Amino acid sequence: MLKFKIFFLFALLLLITIAAQANEKGLKKTTFIPQWVPQSQFAGYFVAQEKGFYRKHGLEVKILRGGPDYPPSALLKEKRADFGTMFLSTGIQKRSQGLPIVNIGQIVQRSSLMLVAKKSSGIYSPRDINGRKVGLWGSEFQVQPKAFFKKHNLHVTIIPQSATLNLFLRNGVDVASAMWYNEYHTIINSGINPTELTTFFLSEYSVNFPEDGIYCLKKTFDHDPALCRDFVKASLEGWEYAFDNPEPALDIVMKYVVDGNIATNRVHQKWMLERMKDIINPSGNTVPLGTLQAGDYNRVVQELKVNRLITAVPSFSDFFIDCVSHD
Amino acid sequence: MIKNLGLAFKLIIFILTSTTIIFVAAFVYNYHYSKKTLLKNIEENARNLTLSTVYKIETVLRSVEEVPLNQASIIEKYPYQRQDLLKLVQSAVANNPEIFGSTFAFEPYAFNPTLLYFAPYYYRNNEKIILTFLGSDSYRYFYLDWFQIPKEIDSPVWSEPFYDEGAGNIIMSTYSVPFYKKIDGKNKFRGVVTADISLMWLKDIVSSVKIYKTGYAFLISQNGVMVTHPEKQLIMKESIFSIAEARKDSTLRQVGRKMITGEPGFVPLQDFVSGKKSWMYYAPLPSNGWSLGVIFPEEELFADVSRLSKQVLLIGVVGFTFLCIVIAFFSRTITKPLGSLARSTSEIVKGNLDIELPEVRANDEIGKLTRSFKEMKVALKEYIANLAATTAAKERIESELKIARTIQMSFLPKHFPPFPDKVEFEIFASLEPAKEIGGDLYDFFLLDEEHLFFVVGDVSDKGIPAALFMAVTKTLLKGTAEPQLKPSDILKRVNLELCQDNESNMFVTVFCGILNFKSGELLYSNAGHNPPLLVRAGQEPEWLELPKGFFLGVFEESQYDTKKVELRSGDLLLVYTDGVTEALNENKELYSEQRLLETTRTYPDNSPEELVNNVVNAVKSFSKEVSQADDITVLALRFKGIKEDSPYPGFFQYA
Repeated sequence: MLKFKIFFLFALLLLITIAAQANEKGLKKTTFIPQWVPQSQFAGYFVAQEKGFYRKHGLEVKILRGGPDYPPSALLKEKRADFGTMFLSTGIQKRSQGLPIVNIGQIVQRSSLMLVAKKSSGIYSPRDINGRKVGLWGSEFQVQPKAFFKKHNLHVTIIPQSATLNLFLRNGVDVASAMWYNEYHTIINSGINPTELTTFFLSEYSVNFPEDGIYCLKKTFDHDPALCRDFVKASLEGWEYAFDNPEPALDIVMKYVVDGNIATNRVHQKWMLERMKDIINPSGNTVPLGTLQAGDYNRVVQELKVNRLITAVPSFSDFFIDCVSHD
Repeated sequence: MIKNLGLAFKLIIFILTSTTIIFVAAFVYNYHYSKKTLLKNIEENARNLTLSTVYKIETVLRSVEEVPLNQASIIEKYPYQRQDLLKLVQSAVANNPEIFGSTFAFEPYAFNPTLLYFAPYYYRNNEKIILTFLGSDSYRYFYLDWFQIPKEIDSPVWSEPFYDEGAGNIIMSTYSVPFYKKIDGKNKFRGVVTADISLMWLKDIVSSVKIYKTGYAFLISQNGVMVTHPEKQLIMKESIFSIAEARKDSTLRQVGRKMITGEPGFVPLQDFVSGKKSWMYYAPLPSNGWSLGVIFPEEELFADVSRLSKQVLLIGVVGFTFLCIVIAFFSRTITKPLGSLARSTSEIVKGNLDIELPEVRANDEIGKLTRSFKEMKVALKEYIANLAATTAAKERIESELKIARTIQMSFLPKHFPPFPDKVEFEIFASLEPAKEIGGDLYDFFLLDEEHLFFVVGDVSDKGIPAALFMAVTKTLLKGTAEPQLKPSDILKRVNLELCQDNESNMFVTVFCGILNFKSGELLYSNAGHNPPLLVRAGQEPEWLELPKGFFLGVFEESQYDTKKVELRSGDLLLVYTDGVTEALNENKELYSEQRLLETTRTYPDNSPEELVNNVVNAVKSFSKEVSQADDITVLALRFKGIKEDSPYPGFFQYA
């Protein structure tokens, strides 16, 4: 009798263990590539991962370490990642070039791309940039500056800008590209005071391009729309948590930073997280998180067309799939 | 408040307050001056330490710089093949142990029009020197700082420190020298020659800097990034500016800005790790614009000064206590005799002159004071004894005088009406004595049933002699007066009596008269006295005509006459002494005979008593506050006559 009981208990224990394993296995495995190295720009995804929001939505997400050598478009194309973040302009360009991707969640509503110049170089207004050396990043970062130069009829020498701002800091270029949430603060924390800089927010001086959005192949969405929706929803939860709990969110970001061996510091990531809030959910914003507005889309498309950066234009409904409003 | 405190307390308060102010001022000055001097020396030491460390680092950096500079100049001057370049790079690494790796990195297609990348890189790996070729889609070196910056700024440059993952996560920095080729007469950029160095030796040099107990050195790059620091987690992650931002320390940011602009300096600041108040000397590394800071806590810096200050303070406190005791003791030696002196004198004040004053111990001010008090006590005792005797004598004299005065006054008739059964006349007299005993006299008595003798006199002097003289005169007059004698005879006899043995040469003026009150005949004589006023009934007052006669008591042969006047019913005679007419007021004016005349005229029908009182009151109100110098004597006599058929004898009416 006793023996039977022990056997029964053992069997039960075994069953529970198997069930748990089955449950683990029940999580849908998926892969995500952010468009840059670990930093607060991706706080929402890191938080969703660390706080178990993905798991809660039935996802087991592997976050790949991003960087300049790992463009998400390439990884999506090569199916090395299921989801990736991209600038809206990049997404449209890639789609126009024939990469069958869809935007399943527009995260950043306001462009944080800016041009920065030292006042000591005599640059105070857009026309002072004419004839100067301007550091620009790769193609997806060049659309807005180029529109800006066109708008103000500026002829400049474009110098490819590396991952650092040292070229600018050593006066190798007169104007540098900067993300408000990142490089701008790096400049400040390299000893240059904000008052010594002239800044050109391209959202104001040029056109506002919504930036980071979540992309996947159309095929991925068609295959498992629920997976995509869950990923977007969990990511948005991550962002909301990060904005509401900046210090725990920073702790998480710093963990990724350390793991990624990124030479950065907490105050910089703090600045970045605060700016992310400003551009993801700007004050007065009425757009629901994760939504791309047709107006924004059309404006970006128009700019890209005018600049002859795209030829074929996908329709808005083909390009953007609202994963927030639909269940 | 402080006025009520004891001398000892006041001394302690004032002396200690002054001493404290002096001590504190000297202490503060000394403290600050010591600190300043110390700081100057320390700045010197810190500068030497910093500069010697900078020099050590610079020596290494300069020697490293030489290698790519030489290589660049070689390939700019001489034609080269691929093998030459490889050899050149390989030997650069092999011959310079401090160089970790080196390359010639060419612009795209600059080495060979078919090659996008050409950058042979030799580097150390476990004692071996290994060749690899840089450049791939994922490593587009011409977009990297070590290539781009020298290219764009046209000059050799040290890179910001970076982690080299391939070399085992060590911090490295690259010295890049651009090289050019003359094409169509123009210098055309071709690429850069580099030398990578590990910064591990830097860490050793910098961490070997020790100053005081916990002072240390750190190095920041041109962007302010921590290259070496005792706190490892700061290295390469934090910049001096991010630390300043995290600590909200704007001073640190200012210092950081100065450091990266290549300035040396010596500044106070808060240590950004320990948070302690510290000082820092900083100086730039001229080669790469990095900055070395040597930082040490102020408490260690000023430990000696602080210790010395504490000791000085302790000495001060002990000194103050000692001073306090000394002052208390010293002031007690002053205040104790002063206190017992005060107690003794308060006894003296109470009248106890027999109290013993404290012993004189020293010949200082206190001793002198005590001696003075002793002498004063003796003098006081003598004086009081004298005063008591004098006062007793004076009191005796005064009481005797008072008695004499009383006796003198008792001579004079004082009961009015004196002869109530005589209706033929009314008489009233008053003598207001002056403070001093005077010599006035008046008297009247009946000589027989028809004759009234009356007299008013004034002795020349004052005092007891005058009183005695007056008594003698009055007695003589009374003894001499007889109905058969004329007034002049009476005066003659009295004069003779007075002249005998009058060695004092006193004299007396006298007016006397004998009134036959049955007939109204008045006989009178005068010895140098003021003329009386005669008021005839219903007429103006007039001066009575006087016979000649010298005052009594001077010449034995003096002659006196008697004059006669018939008084009618209602006539009044007013006799007085010069105390009336010579009374003075505040303005030194005499009352005068004129005023007496006026006063008398004002009261024509008054009875003698009323008239006398009116005159006395008029004189008194004239003199007011001026004290009376002489006796005031007034005598009034009214003759009424006789009406036979009157039922009330003595009563009749005037028209």
